[in-house]
Parts: sequence; structure tokens; C-alpha cells
Amino acid sequence: MPGLKELSKKEELLCGGHRMCPGCAAPVIVRQILLSADTHVVVGSATGCLEVSSSIFPYTSWRCSWIHNAFENVASTISGVETAYRALKKRGRLDAEYRFLAFGGDGGTYDIGLQALSGALERGHRMLYICYDNEAYMNTGIQRSSSTPLGAHTTTSPAGKVIPGKKEFPKDLTGIVAAHNVPYVAQASPSHWRDLTKKVAKALDAEGPSFINIISPCPPGWVYPQHLTIKMARMAVETCFWPLYEVEKGVWKITYTPKEKKPFDEWSKQQGRFRHLYEPRNRHILEKAQVEVDRRWKELQRRAT
Amino acid sequence: MAKTLALTGNEAAAYAMMQINPDVVAAYPITPQTALMQKFADFVADGDVDTELILVESEHSAMSATVGASAAGARAMTATAANGLALMWEIVYIAASTRLPIVMPVINRALSAPINILCDHSDSMGCRDSGWIQIYSENAQEAYENTIQAVRIAEHPNVFLPVMVTLDGFIISHGMEDVTILEKAEVQNFVGQYKPHYPLLDPDKPVSYGAIDFHDYYFEHKRPQADAMENAKGVILEVGREFAALNGRELGLFEAYRMDDAEIVTIILGSTAGTARPVVDELRRKGIKAGLLKLRVFRPFPAEELATALKGKKAIAVLDRAISFGAYGGPLFMEICSALFNTGVHIPVLNFLYGLGGRAAEIENIEEVYEKLQNIAKTGKVDNFLNYLNLRE
Repeated sequence: MPGLKELSKKEELLCGGHRMCPGCAAPVIVRQILLSADTHVVVGSATGCLEVSSSIFPYTSWRCSWIHNAFENVASTISGVETAYRALKKRGRLDAEYRFLAFGGDGGTYDIGLQALSGALERGHRMLYICYDNEAYMNTGIQRSSSTPLGAHTTTSPAGKVIPGKKEFPKDLTGIVAAHNVPYVAQASPSHWRDLTKKVAKALDAEGPSFINIISPCPPGWVYPQHLTIKMARMAVETCFWPLYEVEKGVWKITYTPKEKKPFDEWSKQQGRFRHLYEPRNRHILEKAQVEVDRRWKELQRRAT
Repeated sequence: MAKTLALTGNEAAAYAMMQINPDVVAAYPITPQTALMQKFADFVADGDVDTELILVESEHSAMSATVGASAAGARAMTATAANGLALMWEIVYIAASTRLPIVMPVINRALSAPINILCDHSDSMGCRDSGWIQIYSENAQEAYENTIQAVRIAEHPNVFLPVMVTLDGFIISHGMEDVTILEKAEVQNFVGQYKPHYPLLDPDKPVSYGAIDFHDYYFEHKRPQADAMENAKGVILEVGREFAALNGRELGLFEAYRMDDAEIVTIILGSTAGTARPVVDELRRKGIKAGLLKLRVFRPFPAEELATALKGKKAIAVLDRAISFGAYGGPLFMEICSALFNTGVHIPVLNFLYGLGGRAAEIENIEEVYEKLQNIAKTGKVDNFLNYLNLRE
């Protein structure tokens, strides 16, 4: 694995000048990932923050070939590109080596794009699907998704007088993808860049579909100061709300274990979307969240032994 | 050397696809398209083509993968029907507006609800504004020829639009006929190798597809799309002439059958034209000047050409196999009326809605249409322009 110094000399495939919000984790994630690719790449984007902010006609932020089709179908779109690649190679009309990446947010992946993702995984296309998970529909103005944490305020799960934010726990998407028995599945965080880039390298080497779910803190959606994005990602890992692990050919492995597991509250208290949970009448929701984080962490440890 | 085989419409379209040997085909089963893709899967399994076949998990993904493959630089095809077409709707528009020359047989079937697997044109008529060229086939022979010609039309540098080749569900898709097919080498030579405009898979020239357009560019991107559709008219004629050099059958924008001195005319899309032809012949034997105009190309709509062909007729009946709820008649009727009105051709035009959900259109139903036309031709009076054919009321 090349070090940071070496990577910093590499030409970036996502140029500056895109319109992502200050402090957004998504472009940090995309750049870390694309620096790990050694071949030509074609990137597919689901409709979402990354897509609308990087392709405002007549400009594009992408130095590699890039395709946006619609919201729910980046997996099927990139599977078509990958199939065309195999067809053209087979027929001797293309020599160059390519890898295929798809980027979708949690809305485009956990929710509306889940069927297309499942289909593409099952068909075995050699592609790396990245979910940059900012835990709500941020592009349309912070609506809840099936990745939004319990109790979080969003514009469609508002903290009201009667209902204190989102009522449900997030879906375990990484586990769902792992159940497809594809060669490589992982969960990562931009705060642990070496862990992330190692995972990307493994994913791109995998002969078949690979998937990495990456926590992507969002200052306007999570309501915290812009300069704390990487800290927000790190705290999600340190609390074991967002454990770092991989499933390589069916073998589960935790790739980072916090020295001292922090309480969920140390992460949630820094974000305005959880503010209402600190009112006495809502404290039980924080407790419920902690119990579920602990249960899922234990379950992951069991799978990884 | 051409040879004649007994083929269903689905098999004829599958044969055309086999002889085209596209780079990528995406498939998802839906009645009555299923038999087409089964046949094509046989060709793949037997090595008659070396197409990469993607067996996707929905029609939405079928069109999405086809868009991805086409943008990548591959000749890409899929096929569908009814609810499948409705499910891929969003991407049907995206395919056209991304200017991808995809070819897709659509096996016409009624849209739900109630669920119905039989023929009408509500599926393809529903996406008449999607930016796809639409070519309707009367029989299996035309399904074969249209599918091959569609590749050349779609990929023409002045067009670069996707093409829907329709054939009537069950009536054509499952009916067996003699179909004269060309040699594979002739078809290969006719379609040539696809030359993509801006493929994703060009290592020297990376491209971005699917940018976001606002008020400052969106409209400017729509105008050339409209122009491309207009250009398609001439290209369709040109490709039709070139194909005729191979098999001696020239298909134009429409077929004018016994139209020269005709006074009463029906206008029909698809297989029902075949039912109307002997009715016209019978009327002619009785000295009645009946004609038939079988429309082949619905998009782009050949308005001026149709107006010229219809000028001087005494009465016209437009048969619509789809309802446009709340509109002033069926989709084809509205287009014909617009074409006539704007070219100053004033002829009484009747509209017959027929055949929905697979309701038969028999000889006697078509005779009824011509009877009504004869009365109007005599009196010049139309009491009720909108008629439902073969419906229990």
C-alpha cells in the first residue's frame, strides 16, 4: 500500500470545484477510494448529493468516465457498463484494463436501489459498490431513510411534541449484502483512511462484486460544526455504532477494535439531530439505542470469531 | 440467399436479434415477450451469437443495464411488454434523452388494471412522448424486418435515438407464419459495426454522462432531440430502400393499400391491417372505393405525408387500440386530426376504439367501420365521431 505522501502526488479523478457542502465527508471518501485504483475506472453515481454537485452542466468534476442514470439504478447501470466491457474485450475491440465503481448514498442504496443492488450482486458483475452513508436523504433536504438512527430528527421524522424523532433502528445493509455471499464486503470510515484504502484495494482485486459501506458525516443533516466531520466519523467507530469490519470470502473479521468502547451518547450528544433525546422525557430512547448498539456489536464479535 | 421458415412473431424478432448479434442484451421475462427472450437465450446457449446476455431482476434494471451498456459503447438491446414497459418508464425517457441508439421489441399488451396479458397498444402509446422512434409491425415478417432496420435507423449519425419495434401480443407474437429471412452474413453486413459517439470505455477520452441541466441548458438539449426525431423520417425511408435491395420488400412510413382512387379509408396500426385488407378487396369487388392506410411509423409521426395521402378522400376512420382517457379521441385519431387540420384538409374523421385487452377485431367489425364510412361519404354528416367497436354496451 502506498503511503499518504505518494498518494498525494497521484492525479485526483474527482477535481476540486465541485459543489459539495463544506465539511461533507463524501468527496473525502471518493478521493480516498479513487486514489487506490491503479487501472482506468468508470464511475457510476446514483442520483444524490455527490451526483448533482459534481456534474452541473457544462462542467464535470470527473476526470475519469462517469455515468449517472437515475436514483435507484446505479447498480444495474454499472452492471451494464461492466457487461459491455466484457463484450467488447471478448470481441477484440478494447484493450485497456478497467475497474467499475458505483457510488450511492443510503437513500439510493438501503432504500430505492436495494433491488438493483441485490440483482447486480447476485449476477456476479466485477464491480465495487460504495454506499456513502450519511443516514438520511440529504440531497432533498434531510428526510429519514432506513439508515437513519433511532431517535434522529429529520424533516420527515421530526422531533415533535408526541413523537421524538425516528422510531426505528437502521437496517443492517452490510449484513444484507454479506448474505449475498459475494467475494468482498466491508464497512469503513473516512477517519480510518488506511483501513479504508486497504479495503478498497482488496475490493478492487476481488474477482466479482464487492461492497463497502462507509459512514459519511453530514454537517447540515447531523447538525454539527463543519470542521468536526472526521471526528464525527471516528466517534461512530469508537462507540461501535459503526464498527469497522470485512467479510472476505465469507470470513468475518473486525478490522479495528476500539481500545475502550465509548458510550453511544458521546457520539450522539455532539449532533443537533439528537438534541431532543437529552430532554428527561426522551432519555429512554438513548438507553434503547445503547442496548441495540451493544447487541449488534456483540453479534458482530460472535460472527467474527 | 433468403430462406423461408415457419416462425412466430417472437421467434422472428429473436431471429433478427440473432443475426444482428448485439454486444449486450438485457432480458427479464414478461408475457407475451417471454418466448422471444427464451429463443434468444437458446441462440446464446448454442453459440449462435456471442452476445453477453444479462438476466436482470426487473425491467427497470433491464433498461438501466441497457443504458449503461450502450453508453459504454456497446450495441445493446432488450425487449418487453405492458407492465414491464411501464416499470422501465423512467429509464425509457433517460435512454432517449441520453441519445442512446437502443433497439427494443415491444410485444404490445394491455396495461393493468385489470391485469390482462392480451394485446392492445396502451403500453407503447403511453410512451409516445418519450423520445423513442416507434415502428409498428403488421406480422412476423415485418417484426423481423423492422428489428433489423431499427438498428440502422437508431445508429444513424443524424438520429442517435432509441427505437421501439412493436408487434401485437399473441396475435403476432404467438402466431406462426412463413417468414422469409436473410442470411446472417447479409444482416451482419447490413447493420455493420456499431460506431459509438462518446463511449465511456475510451481510455484516451473519458466522458461524463447524465449531467444535471438547469433552466440555462435543459431546453437547448431538448431542441436537437426534437430535430433528431424529425431527421429520422428520411433515415427510415433510406434504410427501408436499402433493405429492399436485399429482399425486394420496401417498407416506408406507411402502406397505402388501394388508396389512389379510394373515397373511404381506414387508418390502422399493427396486425388489424391484415384483417382489413380482405375487407377492402371485397368492397372493391362490389365497386365501393375503399382504401386502407397502414401506418408503420408512429414516431416520428409522418403528418404531412399522411395529409397528402388522405387529401380528397370523402371519409376516414381511425382505429385506435388504446384509450387516452379524457382526450378528444384515441392517440392516433388526435394525431391524424392535427395533421389534417393544419394542412387544410377537411374530411370527416371517425374514431373507432377497438381491441382493448385482446378483444377481437374480426372481418365483420371492420366491415361495420366501412359501412359507417359509406354513409358519411354519402351524407357528409357525422353524428358521433367516437365509436366503440365490438363492445357490449
